Amino acid sequence: MIWIDTIIQGILLGGLYALFASGLSLVFGIMRLVNLAHGDLIVMAAYLILVLVTLLGLSPFIAVFIAMPVMFGLGWVLQRYMLNRTLGDDILPPLLVTFGLSIALQNALLEGFSADSQRLPTNALTTASVDAGPITLGVMPLLTFASAVLVIVGLNQLFYRTELGRAFRATSDDATTASLMGIKPANIFATATGIALVIVTIAALYLGLRANFDPNIGPARLIYAFEAVIIGGLGSLWGTLLGGIIIGVAQTVGAAINPEWQILAGHIAFLIVLLVRPRGLFPRAND
Amino acid sequence: MALLQTQNLVAHYGDFQALFGVDIELGEAETIAIIGANGAGKTTLMRSISGVLCNDAAAVKYDGTAIGSKPADEIMSQGVAMVPEGRKLFPSLSVEENLLIGTYGRKISGHWNLNTVYDLFPILGERRNNPGTALSGGQQQMVAIGRALMSNPRVLLCDEISLGLAPVVIKDIYKAIPQIKAAGASMIVVEQDIAQAMAVADRVYCMMEGRVTLSGTPDSLSRDNIHNAYFGAGH
Repeated sequence: MIWIDTIIQGILLGGLYALFASGLSLVFGIMRLVNLAHGDLIVMAAYLILVLVTLLGLSPFIAVFIAMPVMFGLGWVLQRYMLNRTLGDDILPPLLVTFGLSIALQNALLEGFSADSQRLPTNALTTASVDAGPITLGVMPLLTFASAVLVIVGLNQLFYRTELGRAFRATSDDATTASLMGIKPANIFATATGIALVIVTIAALYLGLRANFDPNIGPARLIYAFEAVIIGGLGSLWGTLLGGIIIGVAQTVGAAINPEWQILAGHIAFLIVLLVRPRGLFPRAND
Repeated sequence: MALLQTQNLVAHYGDFQALFGVDIELGEAETIAIIGANGAGKTTLMRSISGVLCNDAAAVKYDGTAIGSKPADEIMSQGVAMVPEGRKLFPSLSVEENLLIGTYGRKISGHWNLNTVYDLFPILGERRNNPGTALSGGQQQMVAIGRALMSNPRVLLCDEISLGLAPVVIKDIYKAIPQIKAAGASMIVVEQDIAQAMAVADRVYCMMEGRVTLSGTPDSLSRDNIHNAYFGAGH
């Protein structure tokens, strides 16, 4: 029974990793851009929620709805006026620029908030749990996983049921021909990054409620997100959820065997999937 | 006044100059054909007019406005749609989605909509949910033409719409041209197939090595004139 509980906790933890990864997957899927500052943007969003909670006395669950449009705007401007300039046949410029952005963000957060660990204020909800037969599930992990599923369902609806989604897919296929259809690729990319940062903000809410954060933890979140995206298959949203779950389960199982193995087990699971399926579990046909 | 014209249009790919002062005119409800051998500069001309290649603003005028330096999306929004060489359908989109992308950001007003495009090419209606790139070459060309028509353009640029297609399929595609003309669009048809081009065009321009070497109505051009303008006088 302990193992079933461990695996279920791992699946729920995978929801958090899927939230970390969904924005990364969205951006990569549309413009083949690997944003090395993704983890730092999650941390930055967590600080933004913290500031709103502290200054306005809001619940984090309310503050996140103020932070989301702010982060959308930041993502739009970041992509439109900086990252779009790095896109092209050479993959090095976006890697270098987002690496630089990552360092700049970490230092700005250090300057503004110090290196002290922070946490979003908890309430009864964050410590509540529900009995599910022989096992007990935390409400927060359940909420996190449900949010991840909702985000991915929402993104799929956006991609396959809306005009904007068609434009995302068309621009991803061929930006030049998309422009011949009246689409502005630069604005489409900016909107995609804006949406990615809205998801980042949701991820930041759960990160801040479930664990301590400080300005330096971004790169580790990036690695979990990156592994989830690679395991799922680049650009596949449901694959990203599965990738997050695989890392989450590997970590909890590893921790159950030996607490020191938690992080290592996640990385080993990633390497095994890479060995067996180098293009991930659900690769896109045209990648 | 011409609906669309190029004046002393030049184009470069890096250091390589592909067009050398090309002047063409397209009138309202007129169809012109651009003929020429491979490498004559026909596709470069289409890419320059459609905004894929940037030019001097005054080098391309549409409805009296200089559009030569505008990006492709703005030129398309103003009413100049293109059927690109090689069809360039979006692999991630179904046939119907490929057609609908031609209306992105706009409300459809005018003759062309999904129903009229399906009337023009009935096979597309039957295959509307298939991936666009899963169709035959001829059917893909129909999607590419339909996609451009969905924006109800005033000017339709067709770049090598017969390229790589069997003669019987080319005939089917060209059957649609009179209906497109009747719906009010002016057209520039780029072709290597001289007979097809002459059959649909009100006027013909022949290009060679980035220059217009001959122009006139199909009736006014002799076989020898076209041969010399197409291949050069020495051939």
